[in-house]
Amino acid sequence: MPQSDHAAVIGRVIEQRRHLAGALLPILHGIQEALGHVPAQAVPQVAAALNLSRAEVHGVVSFYHDFRSAPPGRHTIHLCRAEACQSMGADKLIAHARARLGIDLHQTSADGAVSLEPVYCLGNCACSPAMQVDGQLVGRVTPDRFDEVLGQLEGAK
Amino acid sequence: MSVRIYVPRDSSALSVGADAVAAAIAREAARRGADVGIVRNGSRGLYWLEPMVEVATAKGRVAYGPVAAADVASLFEAGFLNGAAHRLHLGNTESIPYLRNQERLTFARIGITDPLSLDDYGAHGGWEGLRNAVKLPGAKVVSQVMDAGLRGRGGAAFPAGIKWKTVLDTAADQKYVVCNADEGDSGTFSDRMVMEGDPYMLIEGMVIAGLAVGATRGYVYIRSEYPHAIAAMEQAIAQARAAGFLGPDVLGSGKAFELETRRGAGAYICGEETSLLESLEGKRGMVRFKPPLPAIEGLFGKPTLIHNVITLASVPVILERGAAFYRDYGMGKSRGTLPIQLAGNIKHGGLVEKAFGLTLRELLYDFGGGSATGRPIRAVQVGGPLGAYMPASQFDTPLDYEAFAAIGAMVGHGGIVAFDDTVDMAAMARYAMEFCAIESCGKCTPCRIGSTRGVEVIDRIVRGEDHGRDVGLLEDLCDTMINGSLCALGGMTPFPVQSALRHFPEDFGIAARRKAA
Repeated sequence: MPQSDHAAVIGRVIEQRRHLAGALLPILHGIQEALGHVPAQAVPQVAAALNLSRAEVHGVVSFYHDFRSAPPGRHTIHLCRAEACQSMGADKLIAHARARLGIDLHQTSADGAVSLEPVYCLGNCACSPAMQVDGQLVGRVTPDRFDEVLGQLEGAK
Repeated sequence: MSVRIYVPRDSSALSVGADAVAAAIAREAARRGADVGIVRNGSRGLYWLEPMVEVATAKGRVAYGPVAAADVASLFEAGFLNGAAHRLHLGNTESIPYLRNQERLTFARIGITDPLSLDDYGAHGGWEGLRNAVKLPGAKVVSQVMDAGLRGRGGAAFPAGIKWKTVLDTAADQKYVVCNADEGDSGTFSDRMVMEGDPYMLIEGMVIAGLAVGATRGYVYIRSEYPHAIAAMEQAIAQARAAGFLGPDVLGSGKAFELETRRGAGAYICGEETSLLESLEGKRGMVRFKPPLPAIEGLFGKPTLIHNVITLASVPVILERGAAFYRDYGMGKSRGTLPIQLAGNIKHGGLVEKAFGLTLRELLYDFGGGSATGRPIRAVQVGGPLGAYMPASQFDTPLDYEAFAAIGAMVGHGGIVAFDDTVDMAAMARYAMEFCAIESCGKCTPCRIGSTRGVEVIDRIVRGEDHGRDVGLLEDLCDTMINGSLCALGGMTPFPVQSALRHFPEDFGIAARRKAA
């Protein structure tokens, strides 16, 4: 998408949500839903609309783990690192996922297919270990199950 | 006559294939010409049995689980529509001991009803608390909450009634009710279950709170990791408003209460109430100094009643059945029930709602059935990532805020994570510090810097460079974090670290070296 199109999308999100009390987070979520990330050009545009400084908007974007400044891969897998999942082998699962995809956490595979992200609790602690694949929760994940789910993702085999 | 079949829509059940099971049941019923109606209920909280399918029969609801899509044809073949025997047959749902031995007040409807059906909610006691509350002056409602002995279920266990009274007594042109649904502690999922499985109960609790303290607007701040909970709450809010339970004139009382959801953005610290308020205002989730208390100067500087999901969800039953009914459950100063979450390496993980006072051992073995791996349970962490690690010698501690505090542990939000004997407690201590470093808001130095130094010093202890020096340093660091941090993140991260060091020194290489010396 060219930059001018980004500006139009960002402008639309701002118009839809600027009336909300404490509108900055809802606006940033809206931009990321539309574009997959919060591009650098959004910062001055949002700042101007909400009468904030660019530093304030940048500070918020960079504070929260959810907001990305670069587009993710075509699929995103969040692997839970928290204690309940650790007690059921999350560390081994993460090692398996890294080896299988040849990337570390916070990275995207070279073909742009899969981004691997850590997450700290998905609320699925009685069905550990857990992961989220493109927003879908998966429980009782073994390395085999991981490979199976990966195989079902388009263009990620 | 159509047979009613229940397949949970709870996200944990979905994570192990509930949608595929529901689709397979619909397909198989169509193929056989069987007349069935599928209800997507909440989860009963017997997670090792999910996806758990229930069939409404003449003798009550009969459960089968864990059901895979591939089992569905054989279930029909066996006659499960009549509750017939099958390898996955669990008998009458209500008579499964795990469920039968609970005291479900807050979770009374969850798993039984269709979460988004207003008819179901009303038919199972819903809105009765609110109907009673609208007839009472605010101060009377506040005294009911006070008399019930309800304490904050988010972790801090502060008496709820005192917060309510403070907000009520603070005059302002605008007040707010905020629900903290940023359930970030590992091993906890009761807030998620309420929002997905009985969202009207939370709405009812918030409306009662709003009318009582004079707040006309509420926010539910839900973590982004819970997309199903966000969707369920948004749909429930829209339907409750259409039915007159929210809006400019709640139940004809002449009082207004509006409610909306807000989505978090992956910051654990936003579960701390002042940081959550900053986030709601559209800022970085930085912890605020207290005072002023949120009850006096909270959201946008206005008096704000902020509570965890379970606290607010406990309010309808108190107003429905009375303060004394609720207070009669529990022990000591811990009144009522606690929805306990059994998680991690446990055979029967799930939700257990009981009056305060049962022991960890009863939970881990009578309910939990021991570890999932079949190995001995070596340690449990109670109360999330800031909770102490407890060894088997402390398993007879009763679940009670004061009893836990007396041994340097905490009940917190009621999450219990079990570990078997393969756990490396030095690694868990290191993780506690690492997590604090990742999630620190950065406002105070003990938390921001101390957590990173903590990781380094634990690494040195494990390498065994200079034990005497480094263990002393770690103790000093923990002391600084406990006494010098602004909030519970920096102030309690030392609890898992110190307890691991105290109860499991051998994992840090300490016992072996002492022996050698």
